[in-house]
Amino acid sequence: MEKNNRIKIIFVGLYFIFLTISFLTGYMPGKKIAFHLFSFITYMIKILPCAFILIGLFEVWIKRELIEKHLGKETGVKGYIWIILFAGTIAGGLIVALPVAYSLYNKGARLSIIFTYISAAAICRIPMTLFEMSFMGIKFSIVRLLVSLPLVVASSIFLEKYLTIRNYKMAKEN
Amino acid sequence: MIVTYLLTGFILLISFILNKQKTFRAIRIALTKFKQIAPAFTVMLIFVSIVLFLFPDEIISRYLSHSSKALSLFLASLIGSITIMPGFVAFPLSGILLAKGVSYMVLSAFTTTLMMVGIITFPIEREYFGVKVTIMRNILSFFIAIIVALATGIIFGELF
Repeated sequence: MEKNNRIKIIFVGLYFIFLTISFLTGYMPGKKIAFHLFSFITYMIKILPCAFILIGLFEVWIKRELIEKHLGKETGVKGYIWIILFAGTIAGGLIVALPVAYSLYNKGARLSIIFTYISAAAICRIPMTLFEMSFMGIKFSIVRLLVSLPLVVASSIFLEKYLTIRNYKMAKEN
Repeated sequence: MIVTYLLTGFILLISFILNKQKTFRAIRIALTKFKQIAPAFTVMLIFVSIVLFLFPDEIISRYLSHSSKALSLFLASLIGSITIMPGFVAFPLSGILLAKGVSYMVLSAFTTTLMMVGIITFPIEREYFGVKVTIMRNILSFFIAIIVALATGIIFGELF
């Protein structure tokens, strides 16, 4: 891990040196990369504070028993429907979905629910789907949702089965 | 976006009225969680900036409108897996490509992999799931995206 971190720091350092030199010499590709970095950071800064504050509130207020009861080991079809509907309201895609999934896991949600949640947060966010429909047509979005969701649930259950046999645990909170 | 902020602020306010200590703890948790993921996040941002530079809209457009269906399907899912872009960029772009004559099937492969498969978010996902599960999850998602694209192709009559 130590060595890994050092490589990361060197990588990040070289990257910023490259950007600085690009600006000093007017090197176009470097400037473009800096522009992309900047636009993506501003996009993220808009989303992340809300996401993490909501995650914090979730951790503090939602009781473990509640999650275990509805999204835990015993859950059936209902649990999947709930989690897909919940995923539909989340903004920000995978980057927000991952920490949320992690909190759900620590509160006792089962793995298949976690995986379903992550994929559903990617493909069926309601605002994004409406946006998609306006550009691609309703038929396009409906086909995508109807075909992908059953596959998502099935693959999540498969992944859970596979990982349970191997005694998999998500990274511990430190 | 404004709605999200208003909603978060509102919930935060209610939480604060109900219990001050718990609310401060929630904010502390939010900060710690963000700090933990920040290094992986920085690396991801750098990847994003480089990939966006390597795959500008013109290049994506050129690859997706290849005359061979199989090849453009393959390229679309590959580019969708590698790049990352928010929906409000991806769908207008897809709309333009659709008008240019790119098939629904190819655009379905592109947008679905874009959303479901994250090679670029690998540094972050690894922090939570570990390397092996991250790879497995993404490979499964990739195949789901291909199946979705093929189904789209069949239903829109582009395949047969």
